[in-house]
Amino acid sequence: MRGESKLDAELAVELYRRMLRIRYFEEQVNELYRGGKMPGLAHLYSGEEAVAVGVCAALHDDDYITSTHRGHGHCLAKGAELNPMFAELLGKEAGYCHGKGGSMHIADTKRGNLGANAIVAGSAGIATGAALSAKKRGSKQVAVCFFGDGALGQGVLYEVMNMASLWHLPVIYVCEDNQYNEYTHFTEAIAGKIDARPAAFGIPVEEVDGQNVSEVYLAAGKAVARARAGEGPTFLNCHTYRFHGHHVGDVDRRYYRSKEEEELWREKRDPLKLAAEWVTSNNYATASKLDQIDEEVQSQIRAAVEFALNAPYPDPKEVTEHVYA
Amino acid sequence: MSTLSATEPLTSRKLTFGQAVREALAEEMRRDPTVFVMGEDVAEAGTVFKVLSGLVEEFGTERVMDTPISEAGFTGMGVGAAMTGMRPVIDIMFGDFLGLIMDQIANQAAKVHYMSGGTLKAPMVIRTTLGATRRSAAQHSQSLHAWPSHIPGLKVVLPSTPADAKGLLKAAIRDDSPVVFFEDKMGYALKGDVPEGDYVIELGKADIKREGEDVTIVATSSMVLVALEAADLLAADGISAEVVDPRTTVPLDVEALIRSAKKTSRAIVVDEGYQRYGVTAEIAAVISDGAFYYLDAPVVRMGAMDVPVPFSPVLEDLTVPTAATVAAAARRLCKK
Repeated sequence: MRGESKLDAELAVELYRRMLRIRYFEEQVNELYRGGKMPGLAHLYSGEEAVAVGVCAALHDDDYITSTHRGHGHCLAKGAELNPMFAELLGKEAGYCHGKGGSMHIADTKRGNLGANAIVAGSAGIATGAALSAKKRGSKQVAVCFFGDGALGQGVLYEVMNMASLWHLPVIYVCEDNQYNEYTHFTEAIAGKIDARPAAFGIPVEEVDGQNVSEVYLAAGKAVARARAGEGPTFLNCHTYRFHGHHVGDVDRRYYRSKEEEELWREKRDPLKLAAEWVTSNNYATASKLDQIDEEVQSQIRAAVEFALNAPYPDPKEVTEHVYA
Repeated sequence: MSTLSATEPLTSRKLTFGQAVREALAEEMRRDPTVFVMGEDVAEAGTVFKVLSGLVEEFGTERVMDTPISEAGFTGMGVGAAMTGMRPVIDIMFGDFLGLIMDQIANQAAKVHYMSGGTLKAPMVIRTTLGATRRSAAQHSQSLHAWPSHIPGLKVVLPSTPADAKGLLKAAIRDDSPVVFFEDKMGYALKGDVPEGDYVIELGKADIKREGEDVTIVATSSMVLVALEAADLLAADGISAEVVDPRTTVPLDVEALIRSAKKTSRAIVVDEGYQRYGVTAEIAAVISDGAFYYLDAPVVRMGAMDVPVPFSPVLEDLTVPTAATVAAAARRLCKK
């Protein structure tokens, strides 16, 4: 992918396609859950697609990312393939982790994805350490640490931001501020201002409309350029919203947020609708071209689900493999 | 006895335990540019125990990195660095601070290889300390090696002599899995023969520190010296004690433990960790399972008392096994 922060028709359409792939992927995950075909739970990324896609489009293949429990979007945006993604969610041998990681632990080393993490802020150290490693090796790689606003409650995040700033590490902290720490509104969990936190460590903060993929992409491009130039970390505070509940089983959400609020975001702030308008109004592509992309993506998703459903489970002997390297 | 990796015997000379640790680190850092040290006051200060004195002069602050007092943060960064081609050696000043880094080692480092289906790995060493009787009270005196030993994916090393410290640390640094390496803070000045050059001891191989016939004393880390002193006391009473040092709790050399217990028919396990749910329990169970029909009596367990380590010397000294208490237990076991 591109390193420079320029937008052209080809890239704009590609950003849209990647976002759409995440949306259909997540809708399909929800269906697999509802149909009793997926073990366990999953945390859907629908509504936040512009953040992962915009950021990852500014990275090289060998740049690192770390992800969260709500991680499918990050994996796909960094270039993960659909077959091993779905296979992993169904606990199949063909999955990215041989079915041993599941939804919350997908790693894709070929594309610098150091893994999703089921401990909130659990990958803050890993991403910052990857940046330290890149600096030590002189590789010019950049590491992106995705986390939600819930992670702002974890102390380790502040420890590593302090060291990243102190040592000018090439790391970008991407806060996906979707307003909810699980089932708790951020106003009940976060004192003061979010941007004051990185600012206290001397880390530049950029406020970003997380529903606007071009804005995310341009902000990420600046942060990547800073990191590669040895100027240290950046904090992107991306304002976004999760369309589904905390996880697929969280369907009755009235006790913590209103239907009106959800409808407002779905109607007015859907990153896909906004991206489609942006692409067509700038004549990057016609509406019929986007319809064609829609069909292509849907059929790719259907084929991957079919592949995963028919794929074999791991051999029982796999249970004791990979405990030690 | 100790395993030599070289085909020709290496010449030895006397080093302290601390010097042996430093030598192992320096040799590995010369051999492999991806090895680096990170921790609190590891550079110019050479750690609070002065174990790393001189290291920064040779390797510079890029490879011997002082950190803020942020154990969870820099251990987590060690995991990330290990996952991306480096071999960090993380210095955790006191073993008690494992409480601060537990998520990073137990949920991150230990699991990344398994969770990723073998595609990621975290080759790193966490060097830390154990041992009471330094008059440091409850938060700087614990021996918490049972904690990482409980977590699949971590290896746990407990050297008891300067030579073992060198050979085991070199093996730990070369291991592709995360290793927690416990040093007895009371034993840093202990002197012993240490082979020069590339002396590497395979992890998971117990060492017979003293051969004997009547009773097996399995002892770890700080307790090996205690067990050897107890064996001297017992010899005066005509009891021949065999002292077996597992050297690593994970992997555990089950065969060596069972072999010795079968030979002597009596076993005592001595370890400085808390006795309850601890290393002594696991090793006693291993011996009981493997040597049941050979044993004349139940396996005796001697760990630290199940109390927070007290400050007052008269109280603290009561909490850990001593040569006298181990010898007394052995006499009871041998009915002498």
